[in-house]
Amino acid sequence: MSGQSNKAKKQEWQCYKCKVPIKPSKARISYMGNEFSMELPRCPQCGLSLVPEELAIRKLLEIEQTLEDK
Amino acid sequence: MEHQKLFAWEEKCTQGLPPACTAACPVHVDVKGFLAEMKAGRFDRAMKILRQALPFPGIIGRICDHPCQDACKRREAGEAISIAALEKACVMMSSKPPVKISVQTKKDKRVAVVGSGLSGLTAAHDLATKGYSVVLFESKDRLGGSLWDIPEQILPRDVILSETAVLEKLGVEIRFNTTVGKDISLADLCRDFDAVYMGTGRHSQDTFNLQTSQEGRIQIDPVAFSTSQEGVFAGGGLRTGGEYSPILSQSDGKRAAISIDRYLQKASLYLAREDEGPYESRLFTSTEGVEPLPAVVPADPVQGYTREEAIQEAGRCLQCECMECVKACEYLSHFGGYPRKYLREINHNLKMVMGLHTANKMINSCSLCGLCKEICPYEFDMGEVCRFSREVMVTKGRMPPSAHDFALRDMQFCNSEMFALARTEPGRDSCKHLFFPGCQLSGSSPEYVDRVYADLRENLTGGVGLMLRCCGAPADWSGRKEQFQECRQEILRLWNEMGKPSFILACSSCYQIFQNHLPEIEIVSLWEVMDRLGLPDATTGKSGMGKVAVHDACTTRHEKDVHDSVRRILGRLGYEVEELAYSRDKTECCGFGGLMSIANPELVRKVIDRRIKESETDYVAYCAMCRDKFASRGKRTFHLLDLIYGGGNAELAEKKDPGYSQRHENRARLKNKLLREIWGEKVEEAQPAIKLEIDDKLKDVMEERLILVEDIRKVIDYAEKTGNKFYNQETGHFMACYRPVSVTYWVEYSPRGDGYAVHNAYSHRVQIVEDVKK
Repeated sequence: MSGQSNKAKKQEWQCYKCKVPIKPSKARISYMGNEFSMELPRCPQCGLSLVPEELAIRKLLEIEQTLEDK
Repeated sequence: MEHQKLFAWEEKCTQGLPPACTAACPVHVDVKGFLAEMKAGRFDRAMKILRQALPFPGIIGRICDHPCQDACKRREAGEAISIAALEKACVMMSSKPPVKISVQTKKDKRVAVVGSGLSGLTAAHDLATKGYSVVLFESKDRLGGSLWDIPEQILPRDVILSETAVLEKLGVEIRFNTTVGKDISLADLCRDFDAVYMGTGRHSQDTFNLQTSQEGRIQIDPVAFSTSQEGVFAGGGLRTGGEYSPILSQSDGKRAAISIDRYLQKASLYLAREDEGPYESRLFTSTEGVEPLPAVVPADPVQGYTREEAIQEAGRCLQCECMECVKACEYLSHFGGYPRKYLREINHNLKMVMGLHTANKMINSCSLCGLCKEICPYEFDMGEVCRFSREVMVTKGRMPPSAHDFALRDMQFCNSEMFALARTEPGRDSCKHLFFPGCQLSGSSPEYVDRVYADLRENLTGGVGLMLRCCGAPADWSGRKEQFQECRQEILRLWNEMGKPSFILACSSCYQIFQNHLPEIEIVSLWEVMDRLGLPDATTGKSGMGKVAVHDACTTRHEKDVHDSVRRILGRLGYEVEELAYSRDKTECCGFGGLMSIANPELVRKVIDRRIKESETDYVAYCAMCRDKFASRGKRTFHLLDLIYGGGNAELAEKKDPGYSQRHENRARLKNKLLREIWGEKVEEAQPAIKLEIDDKLKDVMEERLILVEDIRKVIDYAEKTGNKFYNQETGHFMACYRPVSVTYWVEYSPRGDGYAVHNAYSHRVQIVEDVKK
């Protein structure tokens, strides 16, 4: 885990517009015509999602590669 | 159609084919495997290998006429391996585990085998194993036929008896003292049995009323071993005549048994039998640099090899294989196989509809450099295979989007208003020459483009135009035929407009693209022009500038004139030239070619490291990407232009790869500078961009993650305009994302001065579908 993501983990992000802390909730994700849902930190009011670095560079990358080779 | 093509390529690769010894052996004993076990001292396992091809190893192991030895590659470096003597040592020294007899389900067909020499014994053995009821007719009162003519010291009688005893265990019925043609007629056999094998030996006079040749011998089909009478097959000494070859006799018996089985199963007697019997293997094995060694001579020639002598002799085996291209290419060795194996994987990959396409990465990792073709004795070209496969994948919509996206966007940038430019020399409507520096030199060292162009204008008559854009190599390399055609058409259009000038190319990749796909345009490499016109005065006439090792660009592999020009230029600049082991037509790729650099960064590091370890001397490259790739892994490397215009300043060899973002910026600036200074055009400066602070560590991360500074600007611009961002009260940082293309970029940033400090950046290709609630 890089130093940068460590920082991100500790941080308490809040939605800039709604001024409320983000909370995990289901979001719909799509790639190459495949759709699935995944729990993401999101703004409980407007639904804006945040993809943490760790998720992007590991799990999502893995999903992308699998779907690309399918 | 594509599979036929791939199959033809597969056939070119001989790795994995049987070695010369096995091919020369009429029954194809796995000699290589046998010798490996002997070398390791595992005689029992060696014996097991012999048994797989030899039903009577104790007999043949002592008397084999060993055609394998004549074919042995060891002859090219010393003497052939004493394979026969080793077989003998093995059958004499291995402990003999009881032979496991496994017989297939009993069939209701009966076969008569006439004669119990090696061919008859083998036919009876193989047919009984296949489940047929076999009756063996022997004129004498013992099994073995002409085996009994062999001196007892060579073939002890108890060996004949114990080895042939296996037939009884297989349930073969033996009728001794029965001469076919006298005691019983062939016609009787044909009536009582479903098939007959005649193996009456080379001394046999009787032709049993079968059709004969002019020499009076029974006519036997060389493939099917059939005779003029249906259901009657023949072989062994009867067929071969002349000198006795035990191993050929055994082979005949085995092949005739295959025919009889097919005949009784009503299958084709001729299909797929090309590789039966002795043949010449196509497997290439280099003996270059192999120390010549004579055969080990047994201390006691009568007894033969001792255990130690046998191990030593088996150790001389070269374990023949080709692997020539794999040894020379990091890419081919990276995936753990060899072309023949890769071709099978690729074929499967292209054929498959459902399931994981595991060869995608391999297909996209090749640099297309063509070194394998130079090395392969059969001119197999993996680059050709991969380029073709990429085209098929693109056509079928099966190309992973991430494989080439970034490179294609880079190409788009180069062919956009940001960089693309085509002008005749100021004051002229058309031009005789045109300088085409290419996008990478313009991105790496824009200052040289300016200087070269000035020198060319000064030294050439008829007008020298300039064209800034990408030649289309990324489209060609990635199998995007349509996109490449667009690039090609645009270049042709501009070329026509400018009066069909001849192109002076500074980049080797451009050179290859023009040569292969734009034959209408006359091209010359910048190095040939500089060699012909001479160099700027200040740089020549020196001596003792030191030594440099030339790295030839793989895309000019066959351009001897370019290679020579580069070396002459270096000579005139006062440099001593060192030739790398792999140079000129055998040069290696730097890791940029074929978009390997985008598809497989891990492999690229290995490719670069291998190349830069070939010499301690500073390298000189004449392709901007080669220079930057080597420098990125710490190898001191000059660009040829560093020596011409930079005076060989030592720092230039250490200059860092500028990175993707800087390349964009360099290209855009170069265009504006040239427009202003050479064509006196008023260029509108771009809007002052958002000021960003990015430290070097993050810049490296961005480079690895293929994130450009301009992508970061877009994210911040979007976040600041829309307010769609996250805020952290503790750190004062913002986090936001934006998806300008098929990639979502995330940036963590905070305001600093009149701009922003960037703290982190990453990306993903999956899309969050349900974002802001309406």
